[in-house]
Amino acid sequence: MTNSVVDKAVETPAASAPAGPEPSRLSRLRPFLPLVALAVAAILPYSTLHLPGIFEGPLNSPGTLQLLAICLVFGGLAAGYDLLFGRTGMLSFGHALYFAAGVYGTDILVTRAGLPLWLAALFTLTGGTILAALLGAIALRTVGIAFAMVTLAFAQVGAILVARDFGGLTGGEEGLPLDVSGLPAALVGVTNTVNLYWLALAYLAVVVLVVHRVAASPTGRVLAGLRDDERRIGVLGLDPYRFKLVAFTLAGGLAAGGGVVYCLIVGGASPHITSSELTLSLLVMVVLGGPGTRWGPVLGGVLYMYLDHRLTAFGSSGAVDALPGWLSAPLSQPLFVLGTVFILAVYFFPGGLATLTSRLTPLRTALRTSTRRPH
Amino acid sequence: MNTVVLLTLTGLGLAALYFLVASGLSLVFGLADVLNFAHGLFLGVGAYATWWAAGNLPGAGPDGFGFVVAVAFGVLAGTLVAVLVELVLIRPLYSRTIEQVLVTVGLSLAGVALLQAVWGADPRPFPRPEWTRQVTPVLGAKVPNAGLLLIVAAALVLAAILAFLRFTRYGLVIRAGVENREMVTALGIDVRKAFTLVFAIGGAAAALAGALGGVYFGSVSPGQGGSLLIFAFIVVVIGGMGSVVGSAYAAVAVGLLQQFVNYYGTSGLGDVCVVALLAVVLLLRPQGIAGKVAVA
Repeated sequence: MTNSVVDKAVETPAASAPAGPEPSRLSRLRPFLPLVALAVAAILPYSTLHLPGIFEGPLNSPGTLQLLAICLVFGGLAAGYDLLFGRTGMLSFGHALYFAAGVYGTDILVTRAGLPLWLAALFTLTGGTILAALLGAIALRTVGIAFAMVTLAFAQVGAILVARDFGGLTGGEEGLPLDVSGLPAALVGVTNTVNLYWLALAYLAVVVLVVHRVAASPTGRVLAGLRDDERRIGVLGLDPYRFKLVAFTLAGGLAAGGGVVYCLIVGGASPHITSSELTLSLLVMVVLGGPGTRWGPVLGGVLYMYLDHRLTAFGSSGAVDALPGWLSAPLSQPLFVLGTVFILAVYFFPGGLATLTSRLTPLRTALRTSTRRPH
Repeated sequence: MNTVVLLTLTGLGLAALYFLVASGLSLVFGLADVLNFAHGLFLGVGAYATWWAAGNLPGAGPDGFGFVVAVAFGVLAGTLVAVLVELVLIRPLYSRTIEQVLVTVGLSLAGVALLQAVWGADPRPFPRPEWTRQVTPVLGAKVPNAGLLLIVAAALVLAAILAFLRFTRYGLVIRAGVENREMVTALGIDVRKAFTLVFAIGGAAAALAGALGGVYFGSVSPGQGGSLLIFAFIVVVIGGMGSVVGSAYAAVAVGLLQQFVNYYGTSGLGDVCVVALLAVVLLLRPQGIAGKVAVA
């Protein structure tokens, strides 16, 4: 999209390489910052800190942990989607399909077929990946906007199949609650929400690891090349189709994995996760966070899901009700707020949240020089 | 025989609805390269404005001439919103296609939420003239009048758009712009005026689809535009992007296929068949049935 995004993606291999000859103390610590963040996130459930206004209960309460777990899963989903959008330049509008395949696959195999969870998860992951490979093979015959429309159409079939309840498998409009009797005891019950939180954190970590490994590998450079100029990759003698299919399949598999985790966290499947709105939300997350950046999509995903959940509570709170009707009605709709924020972000922050610090640098230098001037 | 006639005519009614949405989408895409996700919003605005006008606007009502006034008001509202969207949101991002698509994505989320905030998420009963609830016997089949109304309206819109494209100066600019935008710009013609015009035409057609769709379905809800939009996308791709005639052919194919398979197979199977048709067309002819040979 913009040059700054490209530069960010290119510099990633250097950032993970061993520290150079004379690094400052901060840059020597930088590669370990994600590990620190992971450790902090992992021990978060032991805290009884109460953050009024941000979360409803203390941090270790099941409600808060479940919200955090959902946020983490969507952070991972957004990072996986960014493998397509931000890193390869493929605008897929059907990513919800592979996520929904993960959710419904797990749910149906556990609830209807009575399989043990690990087997259901394995089948679902394999199935989701194969589905992505097959549909990607057809959709990738087109490029650009046509590709977006075709992936959207395929995802729509998934939504129809789920909503019409073919074979009585999906429960139709009501959704399908997960049968927990066969699940491991550690994943069942309100008191065990913390385990689901860790599971979500593990999923996020795996996705981030995979996406960053791929982006730093020779394949990742080909993908970045496809995003910038597909013809050039073709001239180099590489087959763009094959590389795009690899990225599409991998992203589909990662999304299916997210579906498995999400199914456990919310305890079932509901048809709204198959809607094209979910893919559009993923796009919003990635663009808000910063496409093609290391942490942007994760941040965007976590923040979006958090706002989506909290704005509903905020919308029905007293502060909003006190406003005049023409103002409080739109504000009580999370999608109105998020859509507006998104439009503004496209205009004013093309690089997303991830480039916020670099965008503020001129301001900071200006402030610093203006405070120094009196001396 | 009766069933076949009935299914054909209801299928054509559905096709008319798809065509009204897809024609504007296709023109906007062909000229400006923008996949307009907010197109469903224009439909929603048209439907709600018609609904509102029938109840509140003096001179408008659910019957006779009053209904024509209500629909005209709805179409005007849809057109205005489309022109505003083009001028305020799309134009500042001239030739930054991905950003333009992203803005329409945001607008589709925010706009539908706004409709929902104002009029609630539940479907509202749509004011429709008494005669559209009745049926007309055609070759022994009892065909709902609302479907016939849609077919006539879509045929008129198709004829009007084709005449506009063929016989007016702006039509010439748009046709040339769809073929090769750079060339038209290089000749010193301001394509951006044509963009606004195409958005206005698309918005008007979509708003008409919203108003008549309200008559056809009997109710109006905020999400209606979004669910129609996906089939309109499919119609645009099958028809070949930028081709209005292609959209008409594809709309007929999609509408008939959907109606017949849904009747003779299980409900919902028709929708799946439509996507299968899309896959087949793409495998055999990636540019669509009436598209240019080189796709973007």
